[in-house]
Amino acid sequence: MKDSKKLILTRREMIVGTATAVTVSLGAGTIEKVESLTINSADIVPSATINFNVNGKAQQLNLDTRTTLLDSLREHLQLTGTKKGCDHGQCGACTVLVNGRRINSCLSLALQHEGDNIVTIEGLGTPDKLHPMQAAFVKHDGYQCGYCTPGQICSAVAVLQEIKAGIPSHVSEDLTLQPEFSNMEVRERMSGNICRCGAYSNIAEAMAEVNSHLS
Amino acid sequence: MKSFTYERVHTPAEAAAAAARMPGSKFLAGGTNLLDLMKLQIETPVHLIDIGKLELNKIEHTLTGGLRIGALLSNTDLAADLSVRRDYQILARALLAGASGQLRNKATTAGNLLQRTRCPYFYDTNQPCNKRVPGSGCAAITGFSRQLAVIGSSNACIATHPSDMAVAMMALDAVIETINPKGKVRLIPIADFYRLPGKTPHIETVLEKNELITSVVLPPPSGGMHFYHKVRDRSSYAFALVSVGAILHKDGSGQIAVGGVAAKPWRNKSIEKVVPLGAKAFTEKLFAKARPTQENAFKIQLVERALEGILKEGRS
Repeated sequence: MKDSKKLILTRREMIVGTATAVTVSLGAGTIEKVESLTINSADIVPSATINFNVNGKAQQLNLDTRTTLLDSLREHLQLTGTKKGCDHGQCGACTVLVNGRRINSCLSLALQHEGDNIVTIEGLGTPDKLHPMQAAFVKHDGYQCGYCTPGQICSAVAVLQEIKAGIPSHVSEDLTLQPEFSNMEVRERMSGNICRCGAYSNIAEAMAEVNSHLS
Repeated sequence: MKSFTYERVHTPAEAAAAAARMPGSKFLAGGTNLLDLMKLQIETPVHLIDIGKLELNKIEHTLTGGLRIGALLSNTDLAADLSVRRDYQILARALLAGASGQLRNKATTAGNLLQRTRCPYFYDTNQPCNKRVPGSGCAAITGFSRQLAVIGSSNACIATHPSDMAVAMMALDAVIETINPKGKVRLIPIADFYRLPGKTPHIETVLEKNELITSVVLPPPSGGMHFYHKVRDRSSYAFALVSVGAILHKDGSGQIAVGGVAAKPWRNKSIEKVVPLGAKAFTEKLFAKARPTQENAFKIQLVERALEGILKEGRS
């Protein structure tokens, strides 16, 4: 604690210094109660190190603890294919695959993904070598403005895997049977990806084509 | 989002002890609800204890023939489990009626039970809300209350519990298993788990400070026909206006819990003997003490109709 210095702190915005586990806070404004505490100035914004694998490449990042998986991909790894739409898990634009499962990367802290394998739209295919789902979206006009498309494609890839893995859905009639691909299944399973241009029917067609090549 | 420090823990006991050590901390599991609320500064923990990688993500058969569901099992994995799909269909149906594929992949069993209300006034930090800021008042009672509670509410709060899964758990008589910072294990029947708002709507469950849910235990399968009928403004990815979870038995009896009407899944076992008399008789008894607003009184009729549909299907 050689670099420690005295800070005047209010109780307004409380944070906790990791090394010393003392309660401190920052900021100006009305001072309700003043406490004089010792804190390492480097701890004012708590940060931590995360190791994960993104699109097949090991990554180590030191991040503000608040950083979402989405922001770590976009702002720290410059993988801007994954989009920030609502930032509240309501639109699906930020959908990525984590250990093979689709999630909303906006509702996950980067720190929750120690050791995880993350695949973004950049990891599915490249302009020279499109993933079959990307090619099918192009062929069937599965987008208009394109903003929701990376999330739609990641989700669509995962949906086909989920059906194959036997995960049922709200519209599966008999829960004890292996679910089968259908337009209704696609519509239900893709409901977490909103497209304000309304490309839904073309997205469903793109998914049907990729599915027909799988089976 | 407010700053916070972060730690990962490796056992449930360690998690509870860490919470006791750090005032103002919260457990972080899936995070799909907590992080959303932290972005809006409705939740402002100073320290997060990440329990996400604890070994609490399994389903085991209990000695008595029931199921022990790990607190961290994802909603997807719980709904896809073959035992659940065969013997506890009401639970699989409820889970699959909730949220989106992405959210179900991340959301956990315990997190689902503990999710906060979707009352718009709870989310709007410009409005008074006794649940968000105790003592500040309730903007919902005189506001847009179409989505909100019709029974069990108080003058302090008319919020509803948003979970579908919890409705099924209530019909199934699930038991919630917890551990406290001293390592003591406790079993809480779900009927006793949620608190009604009264004058303290910010206290939503009987969980003590720093107590951690480790699993949810289901009794042996009760047989019967299982239904979960959810009524909502769009047919997918929306919270319920009302939902009815029902297990109907051959002798005409039933286990029935209702969602979207109160601060907890609503069930009254003592009136389930009138199920054979039909949806109208049952609903009238279930909502005898209801105090709906003008905007949400329709929910009672909606429950009756949803139940009527279920009973018809059960008879056919």
